[in-house]
Amino acid sequence: MKTTSVMIVGVGGQGSLLASKLLGKLLCDEGYDVKVSEVHGMSQRGGSVVTYVRFGDKVYSPVITEGEADFIVSFEKLEAARYASCLKEGGTVIVNTQEIAPMPVIVGATVYPSAILDEMTAKGIHVDAMDALSLAEQAGSSKAVNIVLMGRLAKYFDIPKDKWIAAIEKSVAEKFVEMNKKAFELGYSAE
Amino acid sequence: MKQLMIGNAAVSRGLYEAGCGLISSYPGTPSTEITETAAKYPEIYCEWAPNEKVAMEVAFGASLGGVRSVCCMKHVGLNVAADPLYTMSYTGVNAGLVVCVADDPAMHSSQNEQDSRHHAIASKVPMLEPADAAESRDFAKKAFELSEKFDTPVLLRMCTRIAHSQSLVEPGERQEYVGKPYEKDAAKYIMMPAMAKKRHPIVEQRTADLTAFAETCDLNREEWGGTDIGIITTGTSYQYVKEVLGDEVSVLKLGMVNPLPVERIKNFAKKVKRLIVVEELDPIIENHCKALGLDAEGKNLFSMIGEFSQETVAKAFGKDLPKTVTLDTDVPVRPPMMCAGCPHRGMFYTLSKLKLTVMGDIGCYTLGAQQPLAAIDTTLCMGASVSGLHGFNKAAGASDKTVAVIGDSTFMHSGMTGLVNIAYNNTASTVIILDNSITGMTGHQQNPTTGFNLRGEPAAAVNLEALCKALGIDRVRVVDPYDLAACEAVVKEELAVDAPSVIISRRPCVLLKHVKHDKPVKVNTDKCVGCKSCMKLGCPAIRIVDGKAQIDDTLCVGCHVCEQMCRLDAIEEG
Repeated sequence: MKTTSVMIVGVGGQGSLLASKLLGKLLCDEGYDVKVSEVHGMSQRGGSVVTYVRFGDKVYSPVITEGEADFIVSFEKLEAARYASCLKEGGTVIVNTQEIAPMPVIVGATVYPSAILDEMTAKGIHVDAMDALSLAEQAGSSKAVNIVLMGRLAKYFDIPKDKWIAAIEKSVAEKFVEMNKKAFELGYSAE
Repeated sequence: MKQLMIGNAAVSRGLYEAGCGLISSYPGTPSTEITETAAKYPEIYCEWAPNEKVAMEVAFGASLGGVRSVCCMKHVGLNVAADPLYTMSYTGVNAGLVVCVADDPAMHSSQNEQDSRHHAIASKVPMLEPADAAESRDFAKKAFELSEKFDTPVLLRMCTRIAHSQSLVEPGERQEYVGKPYEKDAAKYIMMPAMAKKRHPIVEQRTADLTAFAETCDLNREEWGGTDIGIITTGTSYQYVKEVLGDEVSVLKLGMVNPLPVERIKNFAKKVKRLIVVEELDPIIENHCKALGLDAEGKNLFSMIGEFSQETVAKAFGKDLPKTVTLDTDVPVRPPMMCAGCPHRGMFYTLSKLKLTVMGDIGCYTLGAQQPLAAIDTTLCMGASVSGLHGFNKAAGASDKTVAVIGDSTFMHSGMTGLVNIAYNNTASTVIILDNSITGMTGHQQNPTTGFNLRGEPAAAVNLEALCKALGIDRVRVVDPYDLAACEAVVKEELAVDAPSVIISRRPCVLLKHVKHDKPVKVNTDKCVGCKSCMKLGCPAIRIVDGKAQIDDTLCVGCHVCEQMCRLDAIEEG
């Protein structure tokens, strides 16, 4: 099997490390060779963050470069656009429509490009956009955006849903399992 | 069963399996998780030392004491610990001693991009470099064996893409190390000139022995493919070479990057038509090849700057690159910034408002350099704010307009000695200790001021006020950085006084679990006139929407600093 590449992008502090932990655990249990490359340290302080997940029969590089990603899962709208050039031809962008203003927008040096998803669609990118924040709140916590989006990603994978649920049970603290299962389901079945 | 582990956790696993008994480290991205993960094994005693030099000396003492010992640090930490390292090369070890050092090509979280292999060469200490998590585990174990076999400390070089990338590892069992008791050996352990002169030839012989070992050891390996091109590579670069070129080329993969083999490289070169070295940062292997008289390429194709990827290799070898989509919209940058409610913000706003020159240091508070606060003038290395301030004030005579800022952990690391110098050599310098009660940037490690050790157990806490007074500073003030008026008053007073002073700006990091957050504040849109005074704080929770300030209640932690900026009382309790 050829290597599949998934990028998880967002703003530092949004919980992308849990999403990559879940995905890594799942793919490892499915018997794939897996590499996950994370960012720790300074960029976690509200900066743009990216995690690479790659799996297949044999994975060499832990990173994903331009034109290679089968999926980009973006926790924030602007971040989807920032990494769009990494998407493979025919790849899919799963994006939370939440807007978090970066510092140049906060200080008024520029404006937030709100129509960015329309441009991506116009350029032929398959954009699967959803209000993951509302769904996470519906599940019980705004922090569950990561699991809502993993639920969405699951729709595109051939791995049975119960395997995903099992991976959630192994990746989150016991008291948050039910809430996260609900978040996963809401992401999976959203319109 | 195979498990996914980041390289750093795999190193810990290897150390554990090898019977390691002690780790003393100072946190630093991307090395921190080695020690944090190891601390979860009850068999390994782990501690955070105040700095890397102390950590390495602790490990040295423990090695003499008969326990397999380790210290871990980021690349710049090895500069701090270079002093013990270069002479430990002469003394050698008793039980195995491994120094893990993590480089940060591309500077994801560092102030420079130095290549630690230079330290290995200069200190004449062997260095291993793994290419994934499984090798990280294996090489950590192997490092102890080499340390004892060749009587030397061994460097284990990680880099960000290995340290923080997860790949599969098959964990093994721990084998307890049977320690050798300490035996007095003055000729080996007392490095005064007469003894050191006798140790230096031993070091040179050891390097010759290690070079002979490198010729045949399985840390280095040849992977034969096409012979038009032969590639010598190491670490993460190996993965990119394999991904792009596969069996099209032959590869000499070096797991031991110091000392480098001689005959093995010559033999490899003989069997290929074109010899290319693929290595991140400096051309160390390439220069070695050239010194052997080989016609090697490397930095003519690859940069000395930043990290590589499969794309770098594909471009260098003229491979087709995948198609990409380019958007026309300019995507605004999103640099890291101080968190909403960060206690550093109030003090930085004050320093910025007073238009002071601010000597900065290493930590989260380096983010005070970002717009709109732009409150920092310099960042050099750990502790340089305090010592630099003294020099600046001696030279520029501007002690009423200049301060230093340094975090609590950084102050313990190497700020104290600079403060002694201020008192001893007397400048009316004002040092601000940003005491957020934790080592923040590296992800919340305890330090000697916090009252807890690495395992979270209660520990002796340094009293910063008493310490500064004991170091010779009579004027020590404490201020709450959430109180802007108090910050401004205290800073102005201490700058006006013709004597050295310390201001402790004290409030715990807002991300600490035990810190209670207040309710988010909100903007009364009837009162707000959109004057943007509150925006001067650069708080990520505040933005202007339709000409009025708006506060994001998912980010706001109710620090109430913005309320103090608003002259119209438009920011209210939530």
